[in-house]
Amino acid sequence: MTEAQAGVFVEVVGVTKRYAGVVALDGVDLIVRPGEAICLAGENGSGKSTLIKLISGVEQPTTGSIRIDGETVRRLTPRQSSAAGVMVIYQDFSLFPNLTVAENIALSTQIASHDIMSSSRKCRDIARQTLARIGVDIDLEERVELLSVAHKQLVAICRALASKARLIIMDEPTTALTAKEVRVLLSIIRKLKEDGVAILFVSHKLAEVLEVSEKVVVLRNGRKVAEGPASDFDAISLTHHMTGRDVAETPPSQLPVGTPVLLEVNGLTRAGAFEDVNFTLRKGEVLGITGLLGSGRTSLAKALFGLVAPDTGTIVLEGREVPLGDPIAAANAHIGYVPEDRLTEGLFLSQSIVRNVAVGRLHAHQNLGVLSLNALVAEAAGWLQRLKVKAPDIEAPVQSLSGGNQQRVALARWLSRGPRVLVLNGPSVGVDVGSKSDIHAIIRELAGEGIGVIVISDDLPELIATCHRILVMRAGRIVDEMEGGSVSEEQLSVRLAS
Amino acid sequence: MTGFLGKDFWMRNETLVALVIVLFCVFAAISDPNFLSVTTLSDLSRASIVIGILAIAAMIVLISGGIDVSFTAIAVFGMYASTKLALAIWPDMPWPLIFVMSAGIGALLGSVNGVFIAFFGLPTLIVTLGTLSIFRGFLLTFIGSQRISDLPPAMRDFSRGVLARGTTEAGYFYSIPWAILALVGVVVLTWFILSKTMLGRAIFAIGGSVESARRVGINVKWTQFFVYVYVGALAGLAGAIHGSMGRMADPFSLVGTELSVIAAVVLGGARLIGGYGTITGTLLGVGLIVLVQNSLIVIGVPTTWQSVVVGLLILLGTGLPAWRAKHAASGNA
Repeated sequence: MTEAQAGVFVEVVGVTKRYAGVVALDGVDLIVRPGEAICLAGENGSGKSTLIKLISGVEQPTTGSIRIDGETVRRLTPRQSSAAGVMVIYQDFSLFPNLTVAENIALSTQIASHDIMSSSRKCRDIARQTLARIGVDIDLEERVELLSVAHKQLVAICRALASKARLIIMDEPTTALTAKEVRVLLSIIRKLKEDGVAILFVSHKLAEVLEVSEKVVVLRNGRKVAEGPASDFDAISLTHHMTGRDVAETPPSQLPVGTPVLLEVNGLTRAGAFEDVNFTLRKGEVLGITGLLGSGRTSLAKALFGLVAPDTGTIVLEGREVPLGDPIAAANAHIGYVPEDRLTEGLFLSQSIVRNVAVGRLHAHQNLGVLSLNALVAEAAGWLQRLKVKAPDIEAPVQSLSGGNQQRVALARWLSRGPRVLVLNGPSVGVDVGSKSDIHAIIRELAGEGIGVIVISDDLPELIATCHRILVMRAGRIVDEMEGGSVSEEQLSVRLAS
Repeated sequence: MTGFLGKDFWMRNETLVALVIVLFCVFAAISDPNFLSVTTLSDLSRASIVIGILAIAAMIVLISGGIDVSFTAIAVFGMYASTKLALAIWPDMPWPLIFVMSAGIGALLGSVNGVFIAFFGLPTLIVTLGTLSIFRGFLLTFIGSQRISDLPPAMRDFSRGVLARGTTEAGYFYSIPWAILALVGVVVLTWFILSKTMLGRAIFAIGGSVESARRVGINVKWTQFFVYVYVGALAGLAGAIHGSMGRMADPFSLVGTELSVIAAVVLGGARLIGGYGTITGTLLGVGLIVLVQNSLIVIGVPTTWQSVVVGLLILLGTGLPAWRAKHAASGNA
């Protein structure tokens, strides 16, 4: 080991990975030192997932090598990698919903030590010690399925620590967290770094973790396009490197005076979820609704589309009252809803891309109950083209698409129905930066055509960039209203939390 | 409903099932004062032995995230084949050997399920539906379709063996058979595997999430393989006990009862999605099903209503907690 290599934990040297002729990674180098946090940024398809797979031993590089503690490991296996202390926390956390917190934390340790018997005392001890190490208190006997997302993430971190992690790779660590939970996470990351644990954040939404990171590495199309101290980067320059273009977004211009009202919501109330919600939406207006998790924004979004039945109140669309709590009536009234969780609520994952769009138009292409399949597919394909869904084959299952393209498919389904009001819940959750600005452009275009768009989100820059007005919810009530163009992110976040 | 009994009291299947059992007994005791007696208890426990062992087997499969409908075919195969073999080679074979043989044949047949499910990755319901039919057909075609009432003497001896016997004050005869120890043994062994060994933790973990189990380094294939072999062995044992207690090796028996066994397990709180299930719950579920099958007549319900009652119990017993859980979940967000 030479002097320069001393203190290097993992070193990726000139690694290239090809899958059936497609180059996923092209000559990438990466050095990870103990106690160092690195941001690995890149859009979907940039090669960052491939790089994780190589470091964790799930895949082998085509050329190049991986060194651990200065020694080149030929054909690294997942077992060798985790034995060396490389732990990956996937976006879904890979936890066991049916087991307790203690069991989840201790399980991999017990398996790694080839235990035959399972001692519940040992299990609790391991769990208690690791939780104490990050200074967090979670009920050891609680089943993980009952935990919040943030707590699940902490359990996953503890599990990695219990297995003597020296490098924790976190895939999309902040996507599902609220601003407050992100702060808790960052303070824990700082503690881990003091303990000499290295962290590799892998994400396309990294601005939040920049402050605890030493180094930023940006991948684009399988190549390393930027590398440097974290202090040299900010959200804008990261985006620039990730997309290779400048994504500057301007808030929408004011609606002309006298634009007719499209949707009126009066006194909408559901006990325990939201209370006395009143607002109007004008033709061509983009209305943002924001609030912390638990403020009732999601329940309200669902209520607008009839998925949640309000106790009292009315929803009036162009002078006609829309029956409450009835999604079919809402859809017939030309209200569209794109849910936050595309995977479980919005798409038929194993069905083809084109079918996912066409399903919204079955009624329009039938004659006496017989479908005219050609017309249906042709129309759906047209929408996919219009929304620039990048799919080599529209017959492929929709789950094969990236997050951004999946969101476009969900949008295409509703657009083909000619909606008057479109409710978008978290339109860019889990979507990379480039697709995000495309989705924002689509929102603007739709509003330009006179559709009323309601964007429900806690992504403040997104709201500021797309909305004419922003409503803030707190404890189920609308407590504030702001003009989209005039408010800054800081002002908005203050109003959100106060 | 947060009462003095804790917040998830009414969400637990065990509580509901225990409550229904108590209610049932109260009604039965009112209509027939002799119902609450040692005789009833011994009759019911006798009837619970085979279905109890099978239910424990079915529970493990459900916990591991699968479903097995072939265990009755395995049980009857093990029972009939080992009886016939014993009669052919050594009629005086001691009963423990016959039981071990039946369990061994069961384990072998279970390993067929295990290979298809664990190593070829086929869906468990499809595989076991197939093997249910194959095992049964193979048994009837190649091994025999005649009922054997002339069992090896040792099997008859086993069925006569009792732990305790006597006559109640009201003049009713009761006896508690040795076979109950087999159920106790299976319960203890299974409890030990599930809660004291890493193998048991692995079974729960796989039921919770196969992908996560793979990622933490659990040997998913061998764990699944073990599950189906163990289930086969338990089924073989249950079959042999069934044969000797009924004093007949009937190749047409047992098959057809798999759904009421699974019903008992589901009533006891095991979930079809995998990862959940307790022995206490399963035994309570078995108790309730046996009670309904044997004592419905006591509270004045015609026996033809049996399957309706079992169905209602499943709908209510598993539907109610699920419905409540769903409501609790949609309340927040």
